Amino acid sequence: MKEQEAVLSTLEKVLRWSTADQTEVIFKAVDSYLTRFAQNCVHQNVAERDANLSIRVIRGRKIGSVTTNLLDDESLRAALAKADEIAERGKENPHFRSLPVSAEYPSVRTFDERTAALTPEERTEVARIAIDRARKEHFHASGAFSTGTIQVAVANSFGVRVCQSFTKSSLKIVVQSPKGGSGYAYRLSRRFDDIDARELSDQATEKCGLGGDPVEVQPGEYTVILEPYAVGALLAYLAYIGLGAFSLQEGRSFMCGKFGKEVMGENITLWDDGLDPKGMVVPFDFEGVPKRKVMLIESGVARGVVYDSYTAGREEGRISTGHKLPGPITLGPIPTNLFMKEGGYTVEEMIGSTENGIYVSRFWYTNVLEPVKTLVTGVTRDGTFLIRNGRISRAVKNLRFTESIVRTLSNVSMISRRTRLVEGIFSEFFSGSVVPALKADKFNFTGVAD
Amino acid sequence: MRDLVERALNYAQLKGVSYADIRIVELTSESLEIKNGSPEEISSIEESGFAIRVISDGAWGFASSSQIETREIERAVDLALRIARASATLKSGDVHLSPVEPIRADYRTPFRKDPLEVSIDEKLDLLLKADALMRKQPEIRISRAFMSIWKTHKTFASTEGSFIKQEIVECGAGISATAVRDGEVQTRSYPNSFRGNYATSGYEYIESLGLVENAERISSQAIQLLSADRCPSKTTTVIIDGSQLALQIHESCGHPVELDRVFGTEVSYAGASFLTTDKLGNFRYGSPIVNIVADATVKEGLGTFGFDDEGVPARRTQIVKEGIFVGYLTSRETAAKMGWRSNGSMRADSWKKMPLIRMTNINLEPGEWRLEEMIADTKEGIYFETNRSWSIDDLRLNFQFGTEIAWEIKNGKLGRMLKNPTYTGITPQFWRSCDAIGNGEYWRMWGTPNCGKGEPQQVIRVGHGASPARFRNVTVGVVK
Repeated sequence: MKEQEAVLSTLEKVLRWSTADQTEVIFKAVDSYLTRFAQNCVHQNVAERDANLSIRVIRGRKIGSVTTNLLDDESLRAALAKADEIAERGKENPHFRSLPVSAEYPSVRTFDERTAALTPEERTEVARIAIDRARKEHFHASGAFSTGTIQVAVANSFGVRVCQSFTKSSLKIVVQSPKGGSGYAYRLSRRFDDIDARELSDQATEKCGLGGDPVEVQPGEYTVILEPYAVGALLAYLAYIGLGAFSLQEGRSFMCGKFGKEVMGENITLWDDGLDPKGMVVPFDFEGVPKRKVMLIESGVARGVVYDSYTAGREEGRISTGHKLPGPITLGPIPTNLFMKEGGYTVEEMIGSTENGIYVSRFWYTNVLEPVKTLVTGVTRDGTFLIRNGRISRAVKNLRFTESIVRTLSNVSMISRRTRLVEGIFSEFFSGSVVPALKADKFNFTGVAD
Repeated sequence: MRDLVERALNYAQLKGVSYADIRIVELTSESLEIKNGSPEEISSIEESGFAIRVISDGAWGFASSSQIETREIERAVDLALRIARASATLKSGDVHLSPVEPIRADYRTPFRKDPLEVSIDEKLDLLLKADALMRKQPEIRISRAFMSIWKTHKTFASTEGSFIKQEIVECGAGISATAVRDGEVQTRSYPNSFRGNYATSGYEYIESLGLVENAERISSQAIQLLSADRCPSKTTTVIIDGSQLALQIHESCGHPVELDRVFGTEVSYAGASFLTTDKLGNFRYGSPIVNIVADATVKEGLGTFGFDDEGVPARRTQIVKEGIFVGYLTSRETAAKMGWRSNGSMRADSWKKMPLIRMTNINLEPGEWRLEEMIADTKEGIYFETNRSWSIDDLRLNFQFGTEIAWEIKNGKLGRMLKNPTYTGITPQFWRSCDAIGNGEYWRMWGTPNCGKGEPQQVIRVGHGASPARFRNVTVGVVK
């Protein structure tokens, strides 16, 4: 990581060179490492280092953007000239109002020295723990252990000057047995020391052990218990298709015309908060706007969506909530730090209260069929079980589901007390969802996967 | 450049590696997006970097960096070596590479008009013209026009003596119109969804797409879809247009024939494959009219190149012959495990990443039917066009696709338009039910610019040749 002053002085330099009406410069420097294992051996072990600068210039309402990782003065001047040329030759974007102005930023801890200093040998040892645990049961472990650092700095011609360094560490384990069992475990943190490889290895291996000789069950509507991994996948799609301002403004969101009205079960409360330390804390977005907590669904009632400065500028009196993603404005803002309110049950109580149902560990290859209805399809993976008379009775073959996320969240009868940080919708450096397990009725399975 | 490369490889050899290669890549890309008449994105990317891959103690090590200079290259070699030695403590056996002749060669994508030399004004004019035509009808809430261009200069060299330079030019464009009424949202795209169609070619390819000529047609269809009937739920005959069939080939044939998946190295992310090695040469994948090839040499294919990222020359490999599964996509390492030579399928999506087995152009070879004859020969069925959603399980067996539009077929004629069409099936049963494939007149290359695989994830551009084809007894209308 470079010193913050050095980074910001490079950004200042580009801002000084610019003759545009408004200019924004974003610096990103990444060092990332990933040790990947499969079939009980390490087969891919990589290190990447990159640093780049993105320049956005605005002339009137004409915008030009250039990203370069050639960081000498001559290349930076050329990149600025190119951005200027694009803006000059482009057409006005009538919806663009302004880049954001400077703000106060919360002081949050996002960097861990120990994680940044991890060695290839230490990363390999993490893989060894997962492999040794699986081998004991004559199973096969696969997975990925990754660590990395990223430094992000944003500066613009309205005084925004902000720079922050982040670390992250994540471990994913999939354990498979010759009898067709499969188990999954995942943990993400800013700190390597939070990753308990033994605990995760136990979880994935024990789940795999439960899963031999899966039987086929008929597709149809079932009561389901969804582990946090499965809940996180559904919420990521909900966020993507319906909880960003673009989808609302363009009439594509299930929230359209529903603010203040009940859109799902009253036991569901959902918000985005980049500053809650239970998630992946991020103090500002990719145009230097401080993160704000945004209530999305409160006791089942539609409350809000997230904004960046571009989409906020399209509505009278609206301000950005700090949800600009890197890159062009076309994708729009998306909640990347989701939280779902916990309930009062243990997963064991949820299973115990289920006469006939399906236990789902995680979903795979989910995709959107009808965005306004939040209708998605996908398959179960790495631990799908039949529940009979309050107990997990046996493994079942993976199932395809075709179901509305909103309908699912309207049919939730029990919510777990414990929540878990699971994969979010965006880079692990900046995103994660803190969610409970759910029990939902009438979940629609439409096919048998394998 | 040559000097830098040779010094890097010499340094790696002095450090005791048994093999090393280096890739130095320079990319210039441009992206334009118009939404409702306004340019939402006009951006350019200039990036470069290098990647070092080494084998030491029988294991791979890999490091990449954006700083192309001697000291940084030496740091990367040292790091890659340390990583390889750490990996070697958890290897299942030594890495062996299938042989490849040392090659010294240059390759360039053939093109007439350099798309990066065409002015932004000209590109914007084309997109704005198509965009304006789509918005002539007030029910079109969102009109979009897209264009993307990538020019990559790649230098590959290895300790086995290869030194290869390539210039790959890829570009494409597309349009889409979204109609909204009373909470109903329908989108039509041309020539394909997800930003259009793409090829290894020059700007002449973009000019040939006919964006302006098709703008009003697709916006009218988007509006008609608002009041169309839903796709019925039943088992019936389906005819699938080339663009949708391209994605069907991608998901249900392209991915399962990646030999690294078969060996289990993608289990933790993308999954494995039902096409295990015991099925090679004897498994009936499709009906006898189904012939599928992997061909990295086909003109304008988005997966066309001169050499892969291990320096193996591009080639054509039979994957399915007369319905029987006969071939895989391979790397030097996976081919060696089978006692074969690599068929040149290793690519990285950028200078940063380690190459993986990736699709090249996976093509369904043309059949004998004219589309009109195929429809006329169908008593009852549904014609599906343009992908909208896709999903398939981790072994690549159970799939479900949605398309933007469909039409009922009744007594050999296209009938009423159907909205929200979906179909689902199991890969071999589906391909075995194929009884008609469109002829060369209807066959074209489709570019898939967003194929994801690997950890860290790599998104690569691949191609698929396809014409419309007919399948019997398919479950449609999954959504009631």
